[in-house]
Amino acid sequence: MSTLLEVSGVTVSFDGFRAINNLSFQIADAELRAVIGPNGAGKTTFMDIVTGKTRPDAGHILWGEKSLSLIGMSEAKIAQAGIGRKFQKPTVFEEQTVQENLMMALRKDRAPLAVLFFKPSASDFARVQDLACEIGLSDALLRISGELSHGQKQWLEIGMSLAQEPKLLLVDEPAAGMTPAEREKTTAILVEAARTRAVVVVEHDMEFVRRLNCKVTVLHEGAVLAEGSLDHVTKNQDVIDVYLGR
Amino acid sequence: MNKSFIARNPSVLIFLSILALFTLVVTVLSEGFGVGVISTSFVKVLGKTLCLCLIAIAMDLIWGYAGILSLGHFAFFGLGGYMIGMWLMYERTRQIVVGSLSEGVLPPTPEEITAGIGNQIFGVVGSSEFPLVWAFADSLVLQLVFVLAVPGVLALVFGWLAFRSRVTGVYLSILTQAMTLGLSLYLFQNASGLRGNNGLSGLQNLPGVTAPQSVVSLWFFWASALALGLGYLLIAWVVSGKFGSVIRGIRDNEARVRFLGYSVETYKLAVFTLTACISGIAGALYYPQAGIINPAEVAPIASIYLAVWVAIGGRGRLYGAVIGAAFVSLVSSWFTGGQAPDVSLGFYTVKWVDWWLVLLGLSFVFVTLYAPNGIGGLIDLFKRKRKETDA
Repeated sequence: MSTLLEVSGVTVSFDGFRAINNLSFQIADAELRAVIGPNGAGKTTFMDIVTGKTRPDAGHILWGEKSLSLIGMSEAKIAQAGIGRKFQKPTVFEEQTVQENLMMALRKDRAPLAVLFFKPSASDFARVQDLACEIGLSDALLRISGELSHGQKQWLEIGMSLAQEPKLLLVDEPAAGMTPAEREKTTAILVEAARTRAVVVVEHDMEFVRRLNCKVTVLHEGAVLAEGSLDHVTKNQDVIDVYLGR
Repeated sequence: MNKSFIARNPSVLIFLSILALFTLVVTVLSEGFGVGVISTSFVKVLGKTLCLCLIAIAMDLIWGYAGILSLGHFAFFGLGGYMIGMWLMYERTRQIVVGSLSEGVLPPTPEEITAGIGNQIFGVVGSSEFPLVWAFADSLVLQLVFVLAVPGVLALVFGWLAFRSRVTGVYLSILTQAMTLGLSLYLFQNASGLRGNNGLSGLQNLPGVTAPQSVVSLWFFWASALALGLGYLLIAWVVSGKFGSVIRGIRDNEARVRFLGYSVETYKLAVFTLTACISGIAGALYYPQAGIINPAEVAPIASIYLAVWVAIGGRGRLYGAVIGAAFVSLVSSWFTGGQAPDVSLGFYTVKWVDWWLVLLGLSFVFVTLYAPNGIGGLIDLFKRKRKETDA
């Protein structure tokens, strides 16, 4: 498996505080990875850097086979290059229907004129239908997404990220505020998604991470503390000290 | 699911029918072509109101749909008016000057004609030279192009600078206020070449047209109705599809749209420029009916009124903007025109000319607090009720 994303030696400071400190991280095609760490470990900042929201002070971020540097690219360009992102809080367009939300996310030309003259074809509707099935919202296509439950909104946002057909999907705390049944479904969606693309899940909840059953990266104070299977990292003394032992 | 645009938006057809009916009724009742119940000056008021409705739907597109509270769109409106006003004034003055000079013994030279026109137009600002901005004033075609191009280019440059720096919210509103204030102050100077505080006048007289004002006023009324109809159709179409989804997404959550891969800045710039061009057209139709344009027209307060109309009418629904602009501007001219009877309280007499602004301000506060969907929201309420009784 080739490396899809390679982050090396990345540092970023906010007013002197080093949120990310010489962080290096790699992920391959079609890999599922969980990123855990205590509050303030730099998990969300890490996502901000990869998606172009925050510019690192130092380091390299290389993307894909051509080793394209992502630093300095706009958020939109990075998203078009194939990195999807799901926010921690469910952020869907609440005044629009599930179908409109998914249609907007569908991988298509993003230029204003192309969008202005866009007419959804039968295959576009079929694709939206398939996505809705995947996230368990096929009956809710014409509902205003603001009416959905918290869990459904989270799924819709995952569905929108999948509709972009990203090569890498970054998911921030997908299970927060979900019922056990909803968590199980979320796990299934993410595991399924990771069969065809790389998925990075940032999560607090150890039980959820265990269910994902994948390689784990532990972040602490903006750097990688340990990496490996969940059992491996939970036996690591450093990890126990900073995170689990508290 | 894939029905035609009109079928998906029945309100467009309803609006266009009402507009056509209104135009017909006014024509039949007018002095120019009908029974004369509606005076020519009131036809002009109605025509001007249609132009205000046109800029209001442009405002609704940029604010109600894209979420950008521009408080500077009257700058574009005024520029449109100035561009057409230059040709109207130049051409009419030229005809008068040629007419009076040809009474002499020798036929006038082109230099004499130019000097004569210059004297007529710029005498009030103590000059007779044509400023550079008047270079194409003799060409109707070019001035009509400028009606679109000048507001469009200004919006493009201003918007590019503002959106690229990710200026949003109240800061952007303040910037747009500064833009229209700057334009107004610039135009006030005699050196601007647009006759300073005198502005351009006599715009109601079409050069080479001998028809009386009662007829000309209807031509402009029809043109305004047509422009409003086409503008409504265009904007309704723009917001109906995926483009509408994207700009409403930008309004509700800019970051999400960005991470979906849409260049938010480009979309904002496109909407800003499009609405500026529509505002320019509205202004170009408005001022020949008003007869005069001066720099006070683009003062910051004008653009704030525009936002108030759209808020009172109801944001995010085009008919709301039309209702707001028509209702508030007509009521406003009734109150400030001295037609409203003063209310005597014994110890104090309420003069509406002074108190109307207070009333308008209070109703704006009321709408913001208690009816965020404005007058248009009442129609939604009615629709929902009917749906419930159907179900």
